[in-house]
Amino acid sequence: MSKKAKRLTAKQKERRKFLRSIALTVGVTGISLLGMVPVIGKWVERLRPPGALLEEEFLAACIKCGQCVQVCPVEAIKLADLTDGLGIGVPYIDSRAQACDFSCDGLQCVLACPTGALIHEISFPSQVDMGIAKVVQPAQCLAVLGQGFKGQARGADFPGKLRYADIDRWNPIKVADHPYDLELCDLCVRQCPIEISIVECALEDQRKSTAKIARVAQRQENECPPKHAIELRDINGAMTPVILEGCVGCGVCEMICPIEPAVIVMDSSDSRANSRGMRT
Amino acid sequence: MSGIAESLRVLLGGAPRRVSKKDFPEEVQEMHKHKFADKERIEAIHIELREKAANKQPEKWRRKRWAVLAAVNLLFLVSYYLDIQLLEGALTASRFAGFHMADLNSALQVMLAFKHVVINLIIGTVTIFILWWLLGGRTFCSWVCPYHLVAEWAEMLHLKLVEKGWAKDYQFDRRSRTWLWLVFVILAIVTGYTVYETMSPTGILSRALIYGPGVALIWVALLLLFEIFFSRRAWCRYACPIGLTYGFVGATSPFTVHYKLPNCYHEGECRKVCLVPHVLDTVLKGRAAEMEVDIGADCTRCLRCVDACPTGALTIKYKGPGDLL
Repeated sequence: MSKKAKRLTAKQKERRKFLRSIALTVGVTGISLLGMVPVIGKWVERLRPPGALLEEEFLAACIKCGQCVQVCPVEAIKLADLTDGLGIGVPYIDSRAQACDFSCDGLQCVLACPTGALIHEISFPSQVDMGIAKVVQPAQCLAVLGQGFKGQARGADFPGKLRYADIDRWNPIKVADHPYDLELCDLCVRQCPIEISIVECALEDQRKSTAKIARVAQRQENECPPKHAIELRDINGAMTPVILEGCVGCGVCEMICPIEPAVIVMDSSDSRANSRGMRT
Repeated sequence: MSGIAESLRVLLGGAPRRVSKKDFPEEVQEMHKHKFADKERIEAIHIELREKAANKQPEKWRRKRWAVLAAVNLLFLVSYYLDIQLLEGALTASRFAGFHMADLNSALQVMLAFKHVVINLIIGTVTIFILWWLLGGRTFCSWVCPYHLVAEWAEMLHLKLVEKGWAKDYQFDRRSRTWLWLVFVILAIVTGYTVYETMSPTGILSRALIYGPGVALIWVALLLLFEIFFSRRAWCRYACPIGLTYGFVGATSPFTVHYKLPNCYHEGECRKVCLVPHVLDTVLKGRAAEMEVDIGADCTRCLRCVDACPTGALTIKYKGPGDLL
């Protein structure tokens, strides 16, 4: 290019600057729209924190601040990366690694959410609708095989935590620090937060009816789960885990299952497609 | 009021309007006329500037600003790690000692996409609106935004490379930021997603600092590389809708940088360091229409010009109720 050709008039310069600016605007818009691809293509299906609205509404309402992440006592909630496209910075739960076991009792993540992406109308675990557990490979299940379980549920190196009320009512401990010795493996039923809560409520009712207690605080509606979530049922002579109506999809059964890969997994597609973040 | 209208026009990308010299007040005309009469004074300024250039001193305001910026961002991190619940969340939305705060642009995107506003978000948005109105609007950019800090470092490198001829500063039309702001507003309404948050380097950096780094930092790195090699401070100058949102807030803010014509000898030091030099058009020779001028809404109150000015013509001003009228 000769020097003469390089010298531009003011008008040409202005024109180039304008075209450059159009390119910048279109380029930035285009790049931002790439974020639609993983969402529309449903590249990832995430288990969302308790109270999460329908997926599209949830992505719209979430302000991507991570306050739910900060309040979770078992650190179950993670924020998605750019690979989730528009879902960047949006919270999810990898329940095999660390499930939500409701050890905060009061749904702290829901309370922390500043935009209502986690619906504020719920207060108790049984009202949550994150998804539903599914038994995907019953043939591998220890209970079905009639086997017991002894030792650490997920091995010595597993960092996941659960709250064991008989050990510490308030602080979750590592699953690895709580070995089991079971004649028939029923870990998924035994650790289910809904089932644990039903047992606790029953015990409390019993105490109230036998002992003379001065006015106790009234229980709120739904404080005690109205429906069972999981049971071992005798099906053709094999004790098989069966998921019941009360399952909220918290993922503890998936997390605690000692079989690799897990016999039970969470499925958030069906339930959250119809509910608005809560069971009605 | 006309001052605010002009300030908004420039904020949206318009070229600063030139007032005809004939319309200047007489004393201002006189001031411009005799500006270069005092040769001794000007020579003294030049000597001072040469000395300053020879042994560079740290910029006082810049140091303070970086300290504040680091402190705010680290407070999120410290609060989370020590679990003291002092400042929870990230820059997009947070709670300070339990009180809701929401970034204005993020809140806007969520409101438009979700089309439903909960009371906590209203509280957070109003709080932050009042806070930044008092502090100057785009003050958020230079005193809090983590991208601003890394972009300042990239800018230092960019200027060195330009000096060596290894990089170029391609300029863009500032209206592109206004277009992008509108694009993201429309996208949020139409798609129902907070599209801008996908690429917001402010949100990405804030979350990366608090919750750990991720793939998204590659996008931030690409932006910085673009700025280093092709265009000085391109994102903050020509693209970032957050900047424009806070610019609107700051248009009527009582906190401004204040220009005094009598002190100015038109050395142009301020415009060299300025992120948004169009707001300093008034310091050009013969341009100021009044003896004292408040710098417009696009100014991020980074105060580098205050440090750079050899004659104290640019100062901080906090307007009282009387000055606002």
